Amino acid sequence: MSTCSVSKGCFVFKPSPKKRKLSQKTVNYFRERNNASEDTDVRFVTCQSLWNQIKLETEQIQEDLNKQLFDNLVSFLRQSHSEFQEKTTEWTCRMKSREIPTAALVLGVNVTDHDLTFRSLSEVLQNNITPYIALLEAKDCPGIKNLMQKLMGQLMNCYIDVDSLEDEDHMQVSQNKIRCSMTSIISWYQNVTKKTDSETPSKKRTSSSRHWQSPPVVVIFKDMESFTTKVLQDFIVISSQHIHELPLVLVFGIATSPMIIHSLLPHSVSSLLCIELFQSLSCKEHLSTIIDKLLLTAQFPFKLGEKVLQVLINIFLYHDFSVQNFIKGFQLCIVEHFYSQPLSVLCCPLVDAKKRVNSLSHDQCENIRRLPSFRRYVENQASEKQILLLTADNFLKEITQKLLEDLYVYHENYVSVLRCLHVFTSSLPKYPLGKQIRELHCACLENRVWETEEYESSLQLARMLNKSDLVTMLQQCVEIFVSSSGKEFDKTIEKLKEFLTQFQELEVAEAFQEQDGSVSAQKELQKKTDLYHLQKTLLELKESRRSKKLTKFEMLRFEVVDYVDSLVRTYLVPADHKTLHEIMYFNTASVLRGHLNAAPRVALHTALNNPYCYLKNQALKSDGGNISNKAPDICIVYKLHLECGRLINLVDWLEAFSTVVTAVEGPNTDAASSDQVDDIIHARFIRAVSELELLGFIKPSKQKTDHVARLTWGGC
Amino acid sequence: MPNLEHPAYPAATLLHLESLVPCRESQVSMLLSIFGERQQFSFPSIFIYGHTSSGKTYVMQTLLNTLQLPHVFVNCVEYFTSRLLLEEILIQLQSCSSETEQTSRVPCDNFNDFVRLFKQAVVSRELQDQTLYIVLDRAEQLREMEANILPAFLRLQELTDRNVTVVLLSEIVWELFRPNTGCFEPLTLYFPDYSIGHLQKILSQNHPPEYSADFYAAYINILLGVFYMVCRDLKELQHLAALNFSKYCEPVVRGEANERDTRKLWKNIEPHLKKAMQTVYLREISSSQWERLQRDDGEPGQLKGLSAHTHVELPYYSKFLLIAAYLASYNPVRTDKRFFLKHHGKIRKTNFMKKHEKTSNHLLGPKPFPLDRLLAILYSIVDNRVAPTANIFSQITSLVTLQLLSVVGHNDQLDGPRYKCTVSLDFIRAIARTVNFDIIKYLYDFL
Repeated sequence: MSTCSVSKGCFVFKPSPKKRKLSQKTVNYFRERNNASEDTDVRFVTCQSLWNQIKLETEQIQEDLNKQLFDNLVSFLRQSHSEFQEKTTEWTCRMKSREIPTAALVLGVNVTDHDLTFRSLSEVLQNNITPYIALLEAKDCPGIKNLMQKLMGQLMNCYIDVDSLEDEDHMQVSQNKIRCSMTSIISWYQNVTKKTDSETPSKKRTSSSRHWQSPPVVVIFKDMESFTTKVLQDFIVISSQHIHELPLVLVFGIATSPMIIHSLLPHSVSSLLCIELFQSLSCKEHLSTIIDKLLLTAQFPFKLGEKVLQVLINIFLYHDFSVQNFIKGFQLCIVEHFYSQPLSVLCCPLVDAKKRVNSLSHDQCENIRRLPSFRRYVENQASEKQILLLTADNFLKEITQKLLEDLYVYHENYVSVLRCLHVFTSSLPKYPLGKQIRELHCACLENRVWETEEYESSLQLARMLNKSDLVTMLQQCVEIFVSSSGKEFDKTIEKLKEFLTQFQELEVAEAFQEQDGSVSAQKELQKKTDLYHLQKTLLELKESRRSKKLTKFEMLRFEVVDYVDSLVRTYLVPADHKTLHEIMYFNTASVLRGHLNAAPRVALHTALNNPYCYLKNQALKSDGGNISNKAPDICIVYKLHLECGRLINLVDWLEAFSTVVTAVEGPNTDAASSDQVDDIIHARFIRAVSELELLGFIKPSKQKTDHVARLTWGGC
Repeated sequence: MPNLEHPAYPAATLLHLESLVPCRESQVSMLLSIFGERQQFSFPSIFIYGHTSSGKTYVMQTLLNTLQLPHVFVNCVEYFTSRLLLEEILIQLQSCSSETEQTSRVPCDNFNDFVRLFKQAVVSRELQDQTLYIVLDRAEQLREMEANILPAFLRLQELTDRNVTVVLLSEIVWELFRPNTGCFEPLTLYFPDYSIGHLQKILSQNHPPEYSADFYAAYINILLGVFYMVCRDLKELQHLAALNFSKYCEPVVRGEANERDTRKLWKNIEPHLKKAMQTVYLREISSSQWERLQRDDGEPGQLKGLSAHTHVELPYYSKFLLIAAYLASYNPVRTDKRFFLKHHGKIRKTNFMKKHEKTSNHLLGPKPFPLDRLLAILYSIVDNRVAPTANIFSQITSLVTLQLLSVVGHNDQLDGPRYKCTVSLDFIRAIARTVNFDIIKYLYDFL
């Protein structure tokens, strides 16, 4: 087995995870809580397959989004050492100092996503440019020595990857002896390139089809900001001296702004570099695409409820900007949904769902009857039907199939109409319903969007749109509906097309009218030269304008807006008004929040302040402010310390503690013990205080004797 | 009449040498006289210093190569540990002399071993009749190695009892090298900066073959007129000259001007060079991008430089954390009450501040603040309630790794960590603008 280490040592090789075994375990975990009648196995399999689909989809999206960036980078790398390949002897080339080609890759502050980007980048480079890639991280390179070691280790390992396996042992031996300096890298590089030259022609063709004779060596600094100035400077100075022998290309992964290069490197060093800037797509756009492709589609049966989606988006926007975390959160939602909702077995493509409905057990049918949305549905039915629904399983299954079908149709329509509405709202001034489609989506999920004020104002604004905008929007809507899979939209498309033709007719008609109108008005004005008459006519004109009947265009505009409104009212019903929505929608935001946005300090405070919350001991149930002596010592000490200032006197604290502890036994204890603290209580106090210290609430202070300093403030 | 004269070397070689080292003739003749004849012992150690690109390395290299003196040339930055450095010297000693097969590498851990191995190497080569030169470039790095390395190199001749001279090249003066314990004083030699005349002479020497020397000299003259004020680095100037020459030639190539039409050529190139000074010289855009622009005749305006991309997009709470950190760094602690409490009353700045606070905090730089203060300010500047979740705390750490904040004191101090905000006022104002926060109103300096 090989390692990337250049030093001798003992290495742990973990066995590659056995997929089967692992999944078996997870199934068991799934089964643990629920009884077997609730189709746990099927649910687990469905969950897995759904997640695999989604994972593939997200990877595809990521790849597509990075394609542009990677293409640019690859072409830059191709060009960077073209001079090295040609070995030009032109005057300018001779006179110019050889700079190290450097790509400054600005990736944004979502550092957690960078790993994936770098991994796919190195894959792309490996396939297109060069097998010699080294990825360096700041934490591995505190000094230039470590950097060189890491660099050599990675480069020489990748050499092994390219070459056949028989050389491996030989390399392993020599690796330990090799001195980590630039000269050894150069001699290694010459060796490697020479070897590929002298290889058998058949083998050579395969290698040269992908790489050139002397492929560049790419060194990627993953987190430029964290590298120390000295290490970077030394490395650049060293490698610039050998750029003639070793075609090196640097890639700086930058999280903040490219200005960091100038602040890290002095001019004398940065003048050795030939820096070109590459900017990756912003993470917000990435998220929009992910939401577009994962949530706003009828492709996946699983849906997120409004609150859950809001939690995920908030974490993204407020905290980390990390798309990977968003996807992880989404995954958690899937697992949680399939784990906790027994009926999630029906959360699969419609064809399968119908089949599964037929084979539902009686318990599962009862589960359906218990769903709030289903109960609401039952209440609205005729009484005979109600009885049938509640007693006959077969009838229930039939109805369920129908309802599921309804739900699928609803999804398909929902997405198209939502996009259509977004076309309108996204071009309104001030964006009353939000600029992004995700905001609109949340608004629609939350409650009836047409009852909100924002919707009202956006309709108002839409009624003032000009013609050209309106026409382009209508065209966009037509495109959306044409490309959608919903079957009910033939009429809608027709209607929209009709509007479009009407607009065109209007244009022709208006051209005529305008000429007439303006000419006649002009004439009238010219006729009446008298001041009094002129005033009168002007007033009349004004009056007529105010109470004027709407022009044809305005009429049509109203019609269009009303039509869109009617579409919204029919199709954008919030999901939780739909029967059986619980099967598809995951809506327990509190669970998600607990998992993803943990509040350790708050939890600690609750545990110490209100131990009943975790211990569930009836004796601890307190009615508020008073301190029970039944609580664990640390809780008592904690509560007492909350009342103190920044510095706490230990003696006072101990006295208060002993008062609380002995409070209940108070009446029957004798007076002698009151001024002399019991040894046991003293010991308990000391233990509790040191526990508090361990938890980081207090620390010993040197400012005053017998005092400790408080490290926290406020309630939590 | 040649400047360089030395009985030991043929006049032709010296003449050739002289042509290779323009404007450094006096230094070279000085060195030659110190070196003496091949077999003569020279001074044990020579220390040469001078500003960046004043020709130290180049002169030494050409001198040793043209006269074919046995030498070892090592860059101390490249061989960053003493072990690497010593081994490299031994390897070069072995390889450059005898054309025999590569001997196996001998480990050399300390100077004692080095002296022993060095003696062996010299004996095996039978080099005693010639002075061996060991040149240590960027010798300031030696100070960071073990304490005995530098003094030992200075008296290597004495330690090995061989005919060897160590030459140290550095950009800083000898006084900064001298160890506390004292050492053998080397002979110091100063290489002065090239004057504008020197630069002109050296740069004009390498004219392109297609054009006459006069034409190129005129170009160099213009180039120096623009760049001499900001840059005296010969290498950099040469690079810039090569980059922009094609633009200079453009009118000639197109036939609009002949080679003597200096005025016309000047008018053509001058604004171009000024633009180059603002962009490519500062590495705002790369040389290859510059060349591409030149070829396509594009405006440099359309290509944004590195410093144009100052905007950093941050998560919502990170922005507020950064703003809070900035306020904590630049406001005195006592003023927090005035800024963040609702009923603080009117406090006038004049009678409010102490004497030492009259100087602007922005001139003094950021001050460290504890974590608690940061969070307290954060809670009072964010409109809605912020839960102290793990995410908030990890965001602070992220800001530290992004170098927007920095930890004061030890990294591993868990109780009461202290931070500093390292961003500029302009940066924080841009951030504050995106969240509609008027930061100026909250800064004590702008009260």
